[in-house]
Amino acid sequence: MAARQVTARWTGGNRTRLAPQSVRSSDVAKASSESVAPQVARGFWRKYVFSTDHQIIGRQYYFLALFAALVAMFLSWLMRVHLAWPRLAIPGLSALSASGAPAGLMTPEYYLSLLTVHGTLMIFFVLTTAPQAGFGNCLLPAQLGAERMAFPRLNMLSFWLTFTSLGVLLASFLVRGGPAISGWTAYPPLSALGSITGPGEGLGQSLWIISIALFCVASLLGALNFITTTLDLRAPGMTLMRMPLTAWAWFVTAILMLLSFAVLLAACVLLMLDRVAGTSFFVPSGLIVSGQMIHGHAGGSPLLWEHLFWFFGHPEVYIAILPAMGVTSHLLSCFARKPVFGYRAMVWATIAIGFLGFLVWGHHMFVSGMNPYSAFAFAVLTVIIAVPSAVKTFNWLGTLWGGRLRLTTAMLFALGFVSIFVSGGLSGIFLAEPPVDVQLHATYFVVAHFHLVMGMAAMFGIFSGTYFWFPKMFGRMMNETLGKIHFILTFVGAYCVFMPMYFLGMAGNVRRYAQFVDPYLQPLMPLQRFITVAALGLGAAQFLFIFNLFWSLFGGKKAGENPWQATTLEWATPGAARAVYRGPYEYAVAGQEQDFVMQNAPDAGPSRARKEAADDNADQISNA
Amino acid sequence: MGKLLAFTMVAATVATVVLFWRRVWWFPPNISTVGAGVDGDFRLTLWVTGILFVAAQLILAYCIGRRPKAGRARYLTGNLRMEVAWAVVAGATFIGLALHSYRTWARMYFIGAPPNAVKIQVEAEQFAYWFRYPGPDGVFGPMHLRLINDATGNYFGLDPARDPTSRDDIVTATLGIPVDRPVELLLMSRDVIHSFYVPELRIQQDIVPGMVIPIHFTATRTGNYEIVCTQLCGLGHYAMRAPLKVMTEAKFKQWLARQAAEQ
Amino acid sequence: MERYGHGSGKVRRHGPRAVQRSGRLWLGALAACAMLSSCSQPRPHVMASKPTPINPATVGEIDGTIYFKGTPPRRQVIHMNEDPVCASEHRGRPVHAEDGKVNPNGTLPNVFVYLRAGAEKYVFAPPSRPVLLAQKGCMYVPHVLGIQVGQPLEIISEDPTMHNVHLIAKNNPEWNVSQAPGAPPIFKTFSRPEVMMSAECNQHPWMRCYIGAVANPFYAVTGSSGEYALRGVPAGTYTVEAWTATFGTMEKSVTVRPKKTTQANFTFQPM
Repeated sequence: MAARQVTARWTGGNRTRLAPQSVRSSDVAKASSESVAPQVARGFWRKYVFSTDHQIIGRQYYFLALFAALVAMFLSWLMRVHLAWPRLAIPGLSALSASGAPAGLMTPEYYLSLLTVHGTLMIFFVLTTAPQAGFGNCLLPAQLGAERMAFPRLNMLSFWLTFTSLGVLLASFLVRGGPAISGWTAYPPLSALGSITGPGEGLGQSLWIISIALFCVASLLGALNFITTTLDLRAPGMTLMRMPLTAWAWFVTAILMLLSFAVLLAACVLLMLDRVAGTSFFVPSGLIVSGQMIHGHAGGSPLLWEHLFWFFGHPEVYIAILPAMGVTSHLLSCFARKPVFGYRAMVWATIAIGFLGFLVWGHHMFVSGMNPYSAFAFAVLTVIIAVPSAVKTFNWLGTLWGGRLRLTTAMLFALGFVSIFVSGGLSGIFLAEPPVDVQLHATYFVVAHFHLVMGMAAMFGIFSGTYFWFPKMFGRMMNETLGKIHFILTFVGAYCVFMPMYFLGMAGNVRRYAQFVDPYLQPLMPLQRFITVAALGLGAAQFLFIFNLFWSLFGGKKAGENPWQATTLEWATPGAARAVYRGPYEYAVAGQEQDFVMQNAPDAGPSRARKEAADDNADQISNA
Repeated sequence: MGKLLAFTMVAATVATVVLFWRRVWWFPPNISTVGAGVDGDFRLTLWVTGILFVAAQLILAYCIGRRPKAGRARYLTGNLRMEVAWAVVAGATFIGLALHSYRTWARMYFIGAPPNAVKIQVEAEQFAYWFRYPGPDGVFGPMHLRLINDATGNYFGLDPARDPTSRDDIVTATLGIPVDRPVELLLMSRDVIHSFYVPELRIQQDIVPGMVIPIHFTATRTGNYEIVCTQLCGLGHYAMRAPLKVMTEAKFKQWLARQAAEQ
Repeated sequence: MERYGHGSGKVRRHGPRAVQRSGRLWLGALAACAMLSSCSQPRPHVMASKPTPINPATVGEIDGTIYFKGTPPRRQVIHMNEDPVCASEHRGRPVHAEDGKVNPNGTLPNVFVYLRAGAEKYVFAPPSRPVLLAQKGCMYVPHVLGIQVGQPLEIISEDPTMHNVHLIAKNNPEWNVSQAPGAPPIFKTFSRPEVMMSAECNQHPWMRCYIGAVANPFYAVTGSSGEYALRGVPAGTYTVEAWTATFGTMEKSVTVRPKKTTQANFTFQPM
């Protein structure tokens, strides 16, 4: 009932729209009374394994992503060592795969298997899973003032589908021929004709498709859950324009997932049908593979797969990066002790990136044989999407400008995000221009671009989220000294590994090569070796993080209620009224005892007036 | 920590700028008429993004590394005028860059090959390229899928006994072309998607099964170069390549005659 | 972890062990998946019974010569300049395609002669001595080889470049595996008789060899003399087939008498 009164009080204001909350506050109350109690009575399996509690599910996602990241990193080590020293027998590798690495010498097909699994793990099971499903589940309801996610059982199903999907992918290491060798893009006909096109293209490729299809279903369920939760379960007073930028990022990302994974799911089904049911969506007639005529296919187009795949694939890039952008915005404000510079612009930039993200997929296909006129149209649309990203960067710097920086590990990673995002993002402008892309396409320039902008930057977002929310998720603080060492090594490592790849790409070094045998690539080998050494170091530094994470789980300092003096609801006292009175980034508010005001702090008479004045003032500045 | 991070950022920025400036690693020299446009577009983009890169990194480093002030920050929630101005400037610059690249792109793809171009078929397979010249009659003889056999060297499935137009066709494993004369390649693939990339020519084009994709260019410098595959096509992807020989017109004629004699 | 070809029995062992370790349902499902995969490939040939005892007094011999009548086809020069390593192995000498080769004496090399029918009632133990297939100068040596079902095939590479051996077969499981310079030999066996399979190297698409797997030791490949001999054949009537890559196949019914030699010559013509 308290909530209803709050609503009544606030609907009087003309600037604040609070429409749906008054109807739903009773639902929220009912939902909360349901979800708080019953978990306690359940046994271990229902509580920790097949749990419907979003907090548990979020952590399950997080640790699944951590496991996937470690496996993928290990694979990248193997690949990098092989690239730098192709004739070196890697001790013990033949135990992992007798035919993939006889006597420890990696075969090209095994390299491509590792490449495929590395890309698939990182993109789907790390970058899609940790920042969205992991942090989102743990924190979205808390930030919105909801007691739970909208569909707890769907949530559980979604996680276990993801888990199964990961299992299916890794199972391809056990089958004849090994995992697929067609990369995470799985272009047909390579991926559509079975083992005739290469080892791994038999059962391995089928398992890959099944795994990705399952992942699509899981993501669709998860996205539905996120969207519904955001639209329906917000606390009274939590208008859309009062949501933290993290919540905005999760919300827009969920919409992207809903629209893009549906297309990938369809594409996977079609590809599977081409493989097993004799359809010809992607396979044209008259193919001769390894001297064998391929019968029974006619009329398909490999370009159709490229269109479908990249219609998913480009939004996927933003699915990976938007939550990290949200975390960065959130943390820069908190640790600069300043409101987010241009909150509204940040929201609209997020929405614009989400919308434009669906219109630019063709820039992956400039050299694909697609109509060159449409290529140019995609080029113009692509550079437009750089504008919201540029606005975001501008506003991050604006938030930092004049801030009172508290350089916690979480903040360091957020700052590192901005630096790496700029270094990786700007190279996208080159690749958006078709004639320049012709030269740089499929070279290490592209590898550098996406590893920095969506690989490392998103990882930095995950790290800063981890250091920031660890006290919320596990009740203890992570070790800051270890964290800072981890940060500086990761930051330097990321630059050392990925910046040189720009130069490799400019020199014409093609990506996805199992070895570099061409004479013109030989002068680049010293740089390749440097990258490998840096990658080994960058990977090794991550064990500091793993150690810190698990050590702090049990031995970390006990965290207080709001250790970072943050304003958003996830740091509110448990059980406190979840009504919201103000925007999410009220730092440095004049006339307050502390330099921050929590979203759920009710206004005392005079200070409220002052705050409204400040709001008006701010609006005047921004409207002027 | 702030000072250390700011220093690292500045160091990374300076190192990047120096490496670009000194061209420690750079593009291979351009040997095609369209390449100058590609290089020009790249340089222009490098200047624009380079300025943005340095500015963003230095501002960031300044914010991190400067002496922290006491007291509270100013309560500043944004500045719409500045944000809009920045969005307009950035948008205009980026769109300008994209539009600027129109000329080069049009020369590559919107304008067809001139009629005097040397026509050559390129057939890609796992993991090799084969080239076919139409011979004196200027006509490519028909291809018969059933006759394609790598072990006997019939890469294009020709049947010279029955098809008179096939008799003078010349099939090679090296792409020999004359310098300063337009060349039109008709790209075909027998199995999976491959690509045709010669970094020196500034030309890259996927070769898609089921399609014949024409590209054209004019080489401006003689020499031996390498065609490489850039589209993941299977286990031998990394080793899929073919020699490109750019010759003077006279040498090209001799070379072609020598190839014809070997058929 | 994965195994090719004959190793299917080993793949099957992976499944149950994995289940024991974790005890989780899903892993069981995955193991079942892996098991299914190994079951779906043809099962290894299991000897139905012990080798048939053969009385040396009852065996005879088939021999003959494979002739060619007509104009030999022109053989293409193989262009190896795609891989400079291959070209340099031949020191600039032109290499011609092996298919369609005719000996100077008018006989055919690379003909696979075997008993297509008539020997089914006998069971022969597979020899443990491997048949060697070498990759030399980016060509297969030999170009045509015979092997007994269950007998190991040893594949070696003498070239300082990467090869892959891609087996194209109908009755036997296909496989495709790379062999780096300096990598250990690859061993394969064939579980079912099949004439003819081919092995190709995709990195050097001109490389192809033919492998005939038969259930008995009575097979031969002709060489520079065009002659062959099948020795120790139990008395009886057989269908002898001569297989060529370019000129088709021919067959003859041949009756073998104890301690006698039966002639069976074949004459091929251009297709």
